Amino acid sequence: MDKIMNLELVSKQIRKSILLMNANSSASHSGTALSTVEILVILYFKIMNIDINNPKAMSRDKFILSKGHGSSALYATLAERGFFDKILLNGFYIDGGQLPGHLDKEAVPGVEVSSGSLGHGLSIAIGMALANKLDQLNNHVFVMCGDGELNEGSMWEAIMFAPQQSLNNLTLIVDYNKFQGYGVTNEVINLEPLKEKFEAFNWEVIEINGHNLFDIEKSLLKKVKKPKVIIAHTTKGKGVSYMENQFIWHYKSPNDQELKQALDELS
Amino acid sequence: MRNTFVKTLVKLAQEDDRIFLITPDLGFSVLEEFEEKFPDRFLNVGIAEANAVSIASGLALSGKITYVYSIMPFVTMRPFEQIRVDVAYMNTNVRLVGVGAGLTYGPAGATHHSIEDIAIMRALPNMTIFAPSDPLEVEKITAESIDHKGPIYFRLAKKGEPIISTEVANIQIGKANIIRQNPQSSIAILFTSNASDIAIEVTDNLENLGKHTDLISIHTIKPFDYDLLENLLSTKQYIFSIEEHSIIGGLGSVIAEYIAESHYNPIFKRFALPDEYSHYVGSQQYIREKYGFTKDHILKNILEQLV
Repeated sequence: MDKIMNLELVSKQIRKSILLMNANSSASHSGTALSTVEILVILYFKIMNIDINNPKAMSRDKFILSKGHGSSALYATLAERGFFDKILLNGFYIDGGQLPGHLDKEAVPGVEVSSGSLGHGLSIAIGMALANKLDQLNNHVFVMCGDGELNEGSMWEAIMFAPQQSLNNLTLIVDYNKFQGYGVTNEVINLEPLKEKFEAFNWEVIEINGHNLFDIEKSLLKKVKKPKVIIAHTTKGKGVSYMENQFIWHYKSPNDQELKQALDELS
Repeated sequence: MRNTFVKTLVKLAQEDDRIFLITPDLGFSVLEEFEEKFPDRFLNVGIAEANAVSIASGLALSGKITYVYSIMPFVTMRPFEQIRVDVAYMNTNVRLVGVGAGLTYGPAGATHHSIEDIAIMRALPNMTIFAPSDPLEVEKITAESIDHKGPIYFRLAKKGEPIISTEVANIQIGKANIIRQNPQSSIAILFTSNASDIAIEVTDNLENLGKHTDLISIHTIKPFDYDLLENLLSTKQYIFSIEEHSIIGGLGSVIAEYIAESHYNPIFKRFALPDEYSHYVGSQQYIREKYGFTKDHILKNILEQLV
């Protein structure tokens, strides 16, 4: 219980970092990043087998943020976990900074895959999961995609294929925050019934509240024989009252006054 | 050529368990030996080229050396953005193996022709482009590809190409393969991939007319052997390029770009396919004739250039 309480604080800290990063650079995608925080925290602070002193260790679990526009959340989580100095977060999306808006694996330790073009991550994760099987490593590969990202045809090529290889060392997490670039996800292309779609494709499906730390941990720990997908119902802009479920925060970054209010709310 | 490739890959895979082969459902009657010998390292991902390329990247990021095999347009153009991000940008050890250079699949129609591939792949940073002319080049460069860092695109023809290389030892990634050389020659013909038959015939005819000609196979388009080109420019009067690829962006363009920024002023001409999709139905040879991409036409044109 103490650990989870502690992770709530960690989540708040990461949200503050995200807001500071986005405000500092006037970069977009604040809402997109905020919806992923609890999932990243549980992965990096409880679940994944990683070594910050040896980030390329052969026997490590891997995480891919396929929705690369949510990069600020991953950078902030990696910094919070100790992969690199938090001061680097100040160089997000600005002239001379070290962290590009979309993920670059060369930028800092801990980023496994360069992403930002949607619909690639799951296929790459399949390649990594296959390699783990081949090398008889018991390590897991996690990949997070956005709900809008499921519009990409290549996602379904990968969704169709993964069960064919019985990849029980692969977990896909759908950050189902209900908004995408031009509006409400299910008004652009209706994903529903999403659970049944994945089941029909022969995946093990778990549906959770993507902000509930217990639910997230439990779903990630569940042992299955097939590839697993966690449909995580999340709130775009989670944690900041005026951002929550507000489509406009897909694109905006907070101004000084908005930033102050957001940081107050998270304190 | 493709059979030499697969035979070589099987041999290499026996020694090196990092080698992995993926097909998006092509290569029937070609890839079986690999599949039988290394079932754990062979994957048919189904007709899903984007998935094939990204899976290859994931395997490569995990230390494997992954070959993705298909017909050329489907392994270069259909999954282009996956190649750009997951293979070129991330500089992974993925090898894209395309069969059917140029008009190889003539009667199959323009969807199956490959006339833009060199131009497209050349634009990608980190990408090495290998366009062999004969089975010895295929064998040697395939073997060299194992320890090559970063992605490679293989432009293979189909089958039945004769051996034309003379010195196997001189075949290496990034170096031109000199097939014939004569200190007295004032002409150099550079060719690539499946244009070897025309290039050889043209050279033979020129020699018969007493016009000494160097004949050079450019099996590596990128990185290009600029040292060789510099040497030719300083010693030859005439330079010609022959390739079964669009006139835009292929071997001829590479040479033209270099000459344009050099202080040399040779007589230079590109022989290639026009900037259009073929609506002719017919064999490789038939369509070549329709476009004047033949020995007779090219020889005549070269003779007109000679002062």
